[in-house]
Amino acid sequence: MTDPRLLRLDPQDNVAVATTTLQAGESVTIGGRPVTLPDRVPTGHKLALVPIAAGEKVAKYGSAIGSATCDIRPGDYIHTHNLKSDYLPTYTLDGTNPYLREDRKH
Amino acid sequence: MQGFLRNDGRKGIRNVIAVVYLVECARHVAREIALPMRDRGVHLIGFSGCFPNAHAERVMRRLCTHPNVGAVLLVSLGCEGFDRHGLLEAVEAAGRPARTLVIQESGGTAATIDAGRAWVAEVHARLQSTPRVEMGVQELVVGTVCGGSDATSGLTANPAVGRAFDRLIDEGAAAIFEETGELIGCEHAMARRAVSEELGRQIIQAVAKAARVYDALGHGSFAPGNAEGGLTTIEEKSLGAYCKSGSSPISGLIKPGDVPPRGGLYLLDVVSDGPLRFGFPNICDNAEIAELMACGAHLVLFTTGRGTVVGSAISPVLKICANPDTYRVLADDMDLNAGRILEGRATLDEVGREIVDLVLQTAGGAPTASERLGHQEFILTYKWFEPIGPACLPAV
Repeated sequence: MTDPRLLRLDPQDNVAVATTTLQAGESVTIGGRPVTLPDRVPTGHKLALVPIAAGEKVAKYGSAIGSATCDIRPGDYIHTHNLKSDYLPTYTLDGTNPYLREDRKH
Repeated sequence: MQGFLRNDGRKGIRNVIAVVYLVECARHVAREIALPMRDRGVHLIGFSGCFPNAHAERVMRRLCTHPNVGAVLLVSLGCEGFDRHGLLEAVEAAGRPARTLVIQESGGTAATIDAGRAWVAEVHARLQSTPRVEMGVQELVVGTVCGGSDATSGLTANPAVGRAFDRLIDEGAAAIFEETGELIGCEHAMARRAVSEELGRQIIQAVAKAARVYDALGHGSFAPGNAEGGLTTIEEKSLGAYCKSGSSPISGLIKPGDVPPRGGLYLLDVVSDGPLRFGFPNICDNAEIAELMACGAHLVLFTTGRGTVVGSAISPVLKICANPDTYRVLADDMDLNAGRILEGRATLDEVGREIVDLVLQTAGGAPTASERLGHQEFILTYKWFEPIGPACLPAV
């Protein structure tokens, strides 16, 4: 692996996990090259190791954890804004869940 | 290690008196009976519904005859649907002191509380002389559950529990992992670990059932805190949760109330069969713990990243904290800090060994953090299951 603050769980993974919180603007080493992080990546959260095209599978633990919803560059923070499940939508408290949004109209 | 010998040959690591309300209407009376003795092994459990349900009755029978239970007091309002006669017979047949109090026939709230407290005090004194016998690791049933998961759960605590499971199973124990709704995406990997091809097909079908149910309900078994903690999708959460199972072959697929017939690794299917009814399969972590106990789990390994504080009635819960930041905030509530792995201060193997040591100490009587703090959460909900077929428990 390239940077001690990044943990790649499986050789097939196209994402790494931050073992400590990384701030936006901080530089990390990915594939031997320095990359300036556009976003903050909290401990345990993910960032891209390689370019990932919209629709492409995102892999962690050597398995697909969903599909990219837009083009992702190396170093980009990966979360609900650019990755979606191939099974079931993810529920957050930001009011975007279609299941709950209907309830909130009443 | 010593255990309390029961007449079915199983041994308990606790000698709990269970005070059981058979409908919500009887809960206050049952709670008042148990409360003064809460710290002396008198635990409150119950079922809130008035309508009968075969799953709830089966789980309650298993819990009231659980090896950790030494005596049972049933508290009935009198008109609810729960089969209190069948439950009492089952407990008596299991050789435990048992009694039913019917509030409508006992003079109401105050008189029933008095009668219940008197019975509990008398039985508690008698249980002090319950004989203890030698108990081996191969007689233990250990369950695992994760809750309040974040992205550290699948990096530290869950794989460390997996290492502990491997060691306990090597020594002959039965280990149960569960929540098929949180194994969505892992079904083919699990099928490859099954001891028979047909069992593998059953596992794939069980996860497909969970995915169908959660799809109909609108979202997966995924809480907002999971996303705040860095988990983006149910598949990602599943892969992290799956690490708890370790690397042993999967010996069987069981349902709530099925006790593993021998040592090995078992997957517990917690999602109702048939068309969707009764709502969410598990409304909270303690619903899962209740079902693990119904499968005979003597104790439960609970991994958490965001931080949970719960314990359980009947079976001790060991909380293994995945996230070092959470541990610093909730250290009193935790039994082990697996977050040290993330800080480079311990390895997965070391924490796995520490978990095994904690299991043996807890089985030997040492109280867990949640026991010290008085946690005795319990919940049992409506479900419906078909019995498992022979393919789910292949002969060795």
